[in-house]
Amino acid sequence: MWNTVFPYILSGISVGGQYALIAIGYTMVYGILRLINFAHGDVFMVAGIIMVYMAASGVPLWLCIPLVLVLTALIGFVIERVAYKPLRNAPRMSAMISAIGVSYTLQNLVLYITGGLNQLYPTIPWISDSMTIFGATTKVVTVVTPILTIVLVVALVQLINHTKIGMAMRAVSRDFETSQLMGIKINNVISITFVIGTFLAGVASILYFTNYTTVIQTSGAMPGLKAFVAAVFGGIGSIPGAVVGAFIIGIAENIIKGLDIILFKLGVTSGPMGLATFSDAFTFALLIVILAVKPTGLFGEKITDKV
Amino acid sequence: MKKVLAIVLAMMLVLSAAAMAETVKIGVFEPASGDNGAGGKQEILGMQYANKETPTVEIGGTTYDVELVYADNGSDTTKAPSAASSLVDAGVSVVLGSYGSGVSIAGSDIFKNAGIPVIGVTCTNPQVTEGNTHYFRICFTDPFQGPVLANYAYNTLGATTVYCLGELGNDYDQGLIKYFVDPFTALGGTPIQESFPTGTSDFTSYLTNAANYGAQVLFCPVSIAYATQIIQQAASQGVGFTLLGGDTLDSNVVAEATKGTKVELTVTTFYQEGANPDFDAGFKAWLNEDSEALTNNGGNDIISAVSIMGYDAYYTALEALKAAGSTAPADVMATLPSVVYDGVSGHIEFNETGDAKRDSAVVKKANTETGDWEFVTTQTVE
Repeated sequence: MWNTVFPYILSGISVGGQYALIAIGYTMVYGILRLINFAHGDVFMVAGIIMVYMAASGVPLWLCIPLVLVLTALIGFVIERVAYKPLRNAPRMSAMISAIGVSYTLQNLVLYITGGLNQLYPTIPWISDSMTIFGATTKVVTVVTPILTIVLVVALVQLINHTKIGMAMRAVSRDFETSQLMGIKINNVISITFVIGTFLAGVASILYFTNYTTVIQTSGAMPGLKAFVAAVFGGIGSIPGAVVGAFIIGIAENIIKGLDIILFKLGVTSGPMGLATFSDAFTFALLIVILAVKPTGLFGEKITDKV
Repeated sequence: MKKVLAIVLAMMLVLSAAAMAETVKIGVFEPASGDNGAGGKQEILGMQYANKETPTVEIGGTTYDVELVYADNGSDTTKAPSAASSLVDAGVSVVLGSYGSGVSIAGSDIFKNAGIPVIGVTCTNPQVTEGNTHYFRICFTDPFQGPVLANYAYNTLGATTVYCLGELGNDYDQGLIKYFVDPFTALGGTPIQESFPTGTSDFTSYLTNAANYGAQVLFCPVSIAYATQIIQQAASQGVGFTLLGGDTLDSNVVAEATKGTKVELTVTTFYQEGANPDFDAGFKAWLNEDSEALTNNGGNDIISAVSIMGYDAYYTALEALKAAGSTAPADVMATLPSVVYDGVSGHIEFNETGDAKRDSAVVKKANTETGDWEFVTTQTVE
């Protein structure tokens, strides 16, 4: 039984870790700006494309990885300055529409550059190797992902709770105007939030595309959406919530893909029922259920109306 | 002054029309982007090469320049009708395409209403031509390909359990799986069918499913974009089953993905490189001269069967234009059923539904050392 179920859990933990890293970007930006940054999934995809082109142009891989992370963070910074900052005092809806615009701009830019063809992600040594763990064969990256995710999240939580900039972030997320009056440069704080969020998306892209090696302009859409669902599930605005939500979604969707055979081996069903088809439907059904039952998510803060 | 200008402009118009040779337009209805973009581009390459080789055609005693008019259907059934409309507006005499049965079916009615004949190049789903008088096709169909694959899996590969994986809502994938499952069950095998949603990139759990069901063969007649992912992930999981695919998997991009792995991949297709050395040499020389063509072919000069089919489709269209003696779409459509052409991929002749009479498919295997295709056998069904 364990041998049957374990590979699915392993896939789930791995993909969950990648969703988690993307989800943190959603949740941090939402926490500070109350903005759903729809372009986040596409930044993740662009990070993949940058890696493909950089490796193809002959830059050594050990240099590619830090460069990709820096460039991705830079893209996040530029997007915020160009598309969101001018709309700081506009209705929240305008910034969200601007985010959708950025998302399509990035997708079409990549479509133009790649000609709409799949790009093969470069093979990163060691993490691309195969390994066997508890009888299941997989890539090293599958095991590295959850560990790296947790290390990064712990570091991030420390940053937010125990540093000056972290305190500034918490203050800005509570009250824009007051924190400005207290001498916090909110534009800098918001930029740093975007830089951290996109940096993590860059890390996620390296892990994700090492596992699933093709990058195309729509590659960011699905992981982005699922990470968003994970962020809502965990309570948008909460970093631990986003991580827990992402792992739950990753594991659940992979178990659903294998549910037919698991039930069959348990003797519950007598043959395949085609449940694997519903793996994505599950994720989005979960979003509806959560919004209906517990709109603030698992770890979400209670909404207190400021009079 | 105005009058003089008007006269000068009118003169220029007349003169330029007289100076320009007559042009006949052939529509290219192919995906240049999306999941099938790679395949579509390779199919277009065949047409471009043929157009370069024979850029003119004699219709009713006049020599016409042949112009290829492109429309990108984006591998997307929702974009296909507007792409088809753009070809109708361009005034094409005949259309070639598309790679991918779903988009062919989606665009079909637009051409039907405009009265423009279409020559399907590698769309194998029977619904493309069924009940249509305007849609023809030069390749074999899935009701032929399915049993060939089923026989091959059962008799040659010795598989009793086959895990079939296709994309949800994709006419080609689901159609071919259906035509595979029926004869495979009749032979005594057990097929297991599962589908993945569009945009999936994590196939690890589906591969685990196949292993858990004890499948000896994974049948995945999916788009190139998914196929490369499945192969890479199968390689890293170290799966013990053979991968089997239909004509879409016959691409150098797919073969390349198996390079350096232990994945066994077998496909059925239309043509194997080496069957016509003269053509191969000419095509390769052209690819290596034209850097854009080489990029569109996936960066190397391995010839895909779809390119040969595109090449043959172009010449079939020229034959039809010659025989019709006119560039009017209606005349071309009336002539097409009687067109006979001996192409690189074999003899082309249409039956009453407009399908080419084909009775053999090439089976080939990916060489994991070179990342190239190897000829296995030619499979014929009586």
